[in-house]
Amino acid sequence: MSASAREHPTTAEPAPGGAPPEPRLVPLRAAVRALLRKELGLELRAPQAVPAMALFSVTTLVVFHFALQRGQVEGDLAAGVLWVTLLFAAMLGISRLFVADHEEGGLDGFLLAPTDRTALLVAKAVGLFAFLAAVEVIAVPAFALLLLGPAPGIGTYAQLVALLLLADAGIAVIGTLIGAIAVQTRARDLIVPLMALPLLIPVVIAGAKGTTPLLAEASGSGLPLRWPLLLGLYDLIFGLLAYALFDYLIED
Amino acid sequence: MAAPPAAIELDGLTRRYGERVALDAVTLAVPAGATLVVFGPNGAGKSTLLRVLATLLRPHAGAVRILGRELPAEGWAVRGRIGLLTHEPLVYRDLSGRENLRFHARLHGVGFGRVEALLEQVGLHRRADDRVHTYSRGMVQRLAVCRAVLHDPAVLLLDEPRANLDPAAADLVEPLIGAESGRTRVVTSHDPAGGLAEADLALGLRGGRAALVGPAAAIEPAQIGALYR
Amino acid sequence: MLYGTRLRALSIATLVTMIAALGLAFFYAPMDADQGFMQKIFYVHVPMAMVALCGFVFGGIMAIQHLRTGDARYDMRSYVAIHLSLILGVGVLLTGAIWAKASWGHWWVWDEPTLVSFLIVFLLYATYQPMRFSIEDREKQSRYASVFAIIAGAFVPLNFLAVRLAQAYTHPRVFATADGGLPAKMQLPFYLSLLGMAMLYVTLWRYEMASKNTSAKLRSLRRKLGGDEAVAPVGRTAAPTLPSA
Repeated sequence: MSASAREHPTTAEPAPGGAPPEPRLVPLRAAVRALLRKELGLELRAPQAVPAMALFSVTTLVVFHFALQRGQVEGDLAAGVLWVTLLFAAMLGISRLFVADHEEGGLDGFLLAPTDRTALLVAKAVGLFAFLAAVEVIAVPAFALLLLGPAPGIGTYAQLVALLLLADAGIAVIGTLIGAIAVQTRARDLIVPLMALPLLIPVVIAGAKGTTPLLAEASGSGLPLRWPLLLGLYDLIFGLLAYALFDYLIED
Repeated sequence: MAAPPAAIELDGLTRRYGERVALDAVTLAVPAGATLVVFGPNGAGKSTLLRVLATLLRPHAGAVRILGRELPAEGWAVRGRIGLLTHEPLVYRDLSGRENLRFHARLHGVGFGRVEALLEQVGLHRRADDRVHTYSRGMVQRLAVCRAVLHDPAVLLLDEPRANLDPAAADLVEPLIGAESGRTRVVTSHDPAGGLAEADLALGLRGGRAALVGPAAAIEPAQIGALYR
Repeated sequence: MLYGTRLRALSIATLVTMIAALGLAFFYAPMDADQGFMQKIFYVHVPMAMVALCGFVFGGIMAIQHLRTGDARYDMRSYVAIHLSLILGVGVLLTGAIWAKASWGHWWVWDEPTLVSFLIVFLLYATYQPMRFSIEDREKQSRYASVFAIIAGAFVPLNFLAVRLAQAYTHPRVFATADGGLPAKMQLPFYLSLLGMAMLYVTLWRYEMASKNTSAKLRSLRRKLGGDEAVAPVGRTAAPTLPSA
């Protein structure tokens, strides 16, 4: 039996022999909503990922202070500190993304449901995106407080937020793919950073280069357009790839 | 008059695990509403068989048809009519019983009224809002039964369903998963006499092969015992 | 497909081509004014890099075929391709370092976007085998490896683009001349070396495929003759196991 005999949902037609015809299919949006509710509900009920990632970010900032031996950073150094901190916090989140499902059999529970498997990809990616955004709400002000020299204006913050959201989308997609791969391996926590960090280097490049002028002492030049565009391209390509490949990761 | 199509048809079903063969050319047919009891030592392939029937595993060779639909290509069409109860309850320990069932209800397009009715029927309604990690094993099993029948499946796959259930709890779930429920059932069992008593058809697996298959009336408990040697 | 045929002829042809290319590089190609003799490592470094990258992409294509058809042989082809490209990749980085030292005085420079991108790609593919090894279930291992190979394959061009954009100014590279192409006397040794490197890759690939196929057939025959017990179970390994035919 070849892998090409994967499922091809077609329009419902009566099965031979007069067996009950209409397959009851739950639409994608409903399935994603259900999964997201569970995902966010679990995190709110028993917070693990977001507090850990947020705390890790703040601790990393403190480590940077001592490692760089500076009280203040600006420009490209500031951008670097911020992006490294966020990236490493994301590694924690990615490692944990599928663990609860894997351990409590939730994945089977989903696979038994009459719904498109893509729902899981979308729900996990959106969930991770939400977690990353929540962490940034804490980490970015902490960074501004602890280490940032110049005080950016509202417009600058808005641009920074836009860049962060684009980057978060990319991290969320890659994170969902790598998280799904990693949960099946034995050395889960080791393998996630090894695989995810090289894949996320374009995000770091675009993020850091884009953020540098925003955090510079002499504010003036805004965000060069090429960096959000690069992030957008990255998100698009890996989003499509994830859509095409995710089924192969969760179906047996 | 033509015979109604079988609810489950297996034709040379084969599933490998690495280099081993977990299921080897298993062939049988289960009519609608009948109960198939599967016997066999651990590792014989009982759980694998259930997982293939649940559309969780693809057959590597051979044909599988459930309710007239061919797996895996038409798995999507028939998934909503299959219920699976395994060793793992498939519930999240940090959510309450009610939340778990509502989650599954949403995934299956089932209304919450059914959730309440089931919780009531298995006697969990008083603890429905407590987190599952506070439940006893019997309660978790009862919750898992609710989950399995939530969407009123035509085919029930039960892997040792009465594990962890005391007689009172077993009585509560019997109408949902027992023979009177009217569903086509595939049940695994380690109890030759009891298993044969509730079976219409029996399958004895050994090393993935169907060592015994046929109407339960024609099979002796001693033959089942022989599978384990 | 029989990989073992014509291996000797292929090996000899590869050896001849590579020796010819190296000879041309040493004696025929012009000496670079600034960088001196060490610049000639370019004739090894760049073809190796190009072949390695093609190998990674080929591995990705085989992975796509594997997912589409479920045929384990595609997984084997993908695995061997990536595995060999990784070995070549080590060579690329080493020769790159030597070239950097010769050209710019440091064992590593960040100015050369192609080299930097290659390092990132190398680091990514270096996780391929550990990842495979840590998934015990055979079928899952193959499937996940294919997914990874496809992701990594798509990543290669995107990564090159990103690193390029990150370098405001590219360091003048040996490719650039007044009119933008390779100067004439460099072309022959370069293309010959490229051909030789490609032949080396293909030859090594065939050797490894032949070896793995033969082992698989041997196991299959042993199993047929002696039953399941005659064959020791394959321990945990990162390499794909071909199904017994």
